[in-house]
Amino acid sequence: MQQIYHIVIKEFLHLKRDRKMLAISILAPVIQLILLGYAATMDVKDIPMIIYDMDKSSVSREFVSRFVNSGYFVLSGNVNSPDEIDKSIEKGKAWIALVIPSDFSSKILSGKQTTVQLIADGSDANSANISVGYASQIITKFTRELMIGLETQIRSRFSLPTVNPVLRVWYNPELKSRNFMIPGVLALVLMIITMTLTSLGIVKEKEAGTLEQLMVTPIKPYQLIIGKLLPFILIAAIDVLLVIIVAYWWFDLPIRGSILLLFALSGLFVLTTLGLGLFVSTVSKTQQQAMMTAQFFFFLPFIFFSGFTFPIENMPQVIQYLTYAIPLRYYIVIVRGLFLKGVGIAELWPHAVVLFAFGVIILTLSVLRFRKKLS
Amino acid sequence: MKIQRIIPIVKKEFLQILRDKRSFTVLLLFPAILIFVIGYALNFDVKHISLAIYDRDKTSTSRDFINNFSNTEYFDINYIIDDYKYVDDLLNRGSALVVLVIPEDFSDKILAGKETSVQVLVDGSNANTATTAIAYIQVIVQTYSINLITDVLKRVGYNFYLPVDFRPKIWYNPELSSAKFLIPGLIGFILMISAIISTSLSVVREKEKGTMEQMMVSSLTTLEIIIGKTVTYLIIALVASSFVLLVGFLAFDVAIRGSIFWLYFGILIFLLGGLGQGLLISTITNTQQVAFMVSVFSSILPTFLLSGLVFPIRSMPVFLQILSNITPAKFFLVVVRSEILKGTGPSAYWDQLIYMALFSVIMIGLSALRLLKKAK
Repeated sequence: MQQIYHIVIKEFLHLKRDRKMLAISILAPVIQLILLGYAATMDVKDIPMIIYDMDKSSVSREFVSRFVNSGYFVLSGNVNSPDEIDKSIEKGKAWIALVIPSDFSSKILSGKQTTVQLIADGSDANSANISVGYASQIITKFTRELMIGLETQIRSRFSLPTVNPVLRVWYNPELKSRNFMIPGVLALVLMIITMTLTSLGIVKEKEAGTLEQLMVTPIKPYQLIIGKLLPFILIAAIDVLLVIIVAYWWFDLPIRGSILLLFALSGLFVLTTLGLGLFVSTVSKTQQQAMMTAQFFFFLPFIFFSGFTFPIENMPQVIQYLTYAIPLRYYIVIVRGLFLKGVGIAELWPHAVVLFAFGVIILTLSVLRFRKKLS
Repeated sequence: MKIQRIIPIVKKEFLQILRDKRSFTVLLLFPAILIFVIGYALNFDVKHISLAIYDRDKTSTSRDFINNFSNTEYFDINYIIDDYKYVDDLLNRGSALVVLVIPEDFSDKILAGKETSVQVLVDGSNANTATTAIAYIQVIVQTYSINLITDVLKRVGYNFYLPVDFRPKIWYNPELSSAKFLIPGLIGFILMISAIISTSLSVVREKEKGTMEQMMVSSLTTLEIIIGKTVTYLIIALVASSFVLLVGFLAFDVAIRGSIFWLYFGILIFLLGGLGQGLLISTITNTQQVAFMVSVFSSILPTFLLSGLVFPIRSMPVFLQILSNITPAKFFLVVVRSEILKGTGPSAYWDQLIYMALFSVIMIGLSALRLLKKAK
């Protein structure tokens, strides 16, 4: 116990001396969260649009005003030739173009079908998809309103059935993507901080040769590991707390579940990340190597395949199976469940068990490997 | 400054990198592997949404209605429930994203020509998926309604038509594949990471080991050392980006529609900025740990968040839209997407090139200033 205590003190002295590192470990997650909270929105707003109105009638103007008044589109200009459409979309000045044919109003007024054309810049697939979706909603609504006259006339003579969907959105009624992203960021920050600190902290001593010096002292390997990891756990706990505070008071994120449970389950996740950090340190000789390994073999795949931004259900089946091997996946479900859904251990235990199993296995293997490397 | 003296430094750097097999592989091949996996696995398309159905009507009409959901690839009917009490559980556990409740009088009302409503409960926690799911549901239910009306009217001899029809036409990426959208962006992302991190770490490592001082006391000037290092990583990054383009072409049909020359010209200017930033970081940090952290927070984060790679810049708050100009990746993305997807020449993006060049000049200038000051 005494010896572990001394190592902890030594680690804290290191941290204190390396002020820049300490500041980064504690402040970076908060800055990261604030940035992400504002930037990480997939909502598509203010879509720049150009109009090529060949009809120029009051009906077509009314039609165009529907787009402008919807709040989704911003009119970036009227054009008078197909060439100009090409140019605006090539330059990225407009994402979507609406072409109204010259017989638009005459056909509508004479009770015939008319066709308008929408041109979307597909190079940003997500935005294009959503823009076309908004546009079709507006056109459908316009169409329905044109039909109402006809419908009421018919309705007075026949009864017409309709089905209306009554929507109720749970957990995140305003559908803010921020509410979804922030819990994920908490998970991400926790992983990056603990893994980086652990792997670099140990490799640094390797590089400097001080690890060997420590080994010739009577300190046992397990004491060394515990002593080295404890300060990182403390920093991780501070980070989690800070992130929760910012999420709750700055971003008004609901915390519907139990904070205590959040800390407990975060502890389970940290077992895994510390284990992985330790593992990285055993396979790396230099800090550069350690960082490259952590970065490319762990952080990036974890970020992409944990469901953090890209929904797992959309991945090919093979990849979906692979995502079960990513511990972050389970932790993200837990964090989101606790923040947004307010679920408890009754719903989360399967994820907690898997996380615990991962933690124990990875940490044990890494410790064994670390001890072998030392002796 | 002499070219003959720079070449040995480049050789030395290459030897050092080659000796460290893993870092070499990671630098050169990993970007390509990553593109392959990401391009294959990641997309924003919302399909196969897990749907639970509580059919309280249980008639052929309600089954017909349900078929409209099972016939699309957007929904997978994973659960059929027979009580409200399961709804909570399904949504809480995340087993179902949408629960559809069909009322008992569904078919009665439809046959009587009245209005009926179905209840749709949506898990909104993932706002993006939920928004798309809601849009699909609305389209399906509305189409069903229109078909009902058309049927009734046809029976009485009315011809029903939609006054305004529309045809969406998607340019550049008609099948709206996310891979095509993401790959050009990922080139920028990966280049930025490897350029900044490898440059800053390799310089700081020499500082830590004291080998920087050894080189300084040799007849080499600081400038020569730095150019030597930069050229090395420039070459590696260019090769790595060629691999990425090759994988994009072979695996995902992402062909370069524009000119290869201008594409590489853009990549070159962008890389110079990244290398400059890496150098600048190396001049203000003394340990690799700090250098790495600073690199991550000044390159990965802004590049991922503020460049428009994933999140549309136009949807951000105004201060972030302004802030997004600090990341050269934002301008680079316009260039790569123009050259690769749109095939437009530099006339469409020359202003972006100027911004990138400006960034490179500032970064390299600042680090040169710091280095010269230290050398004195």
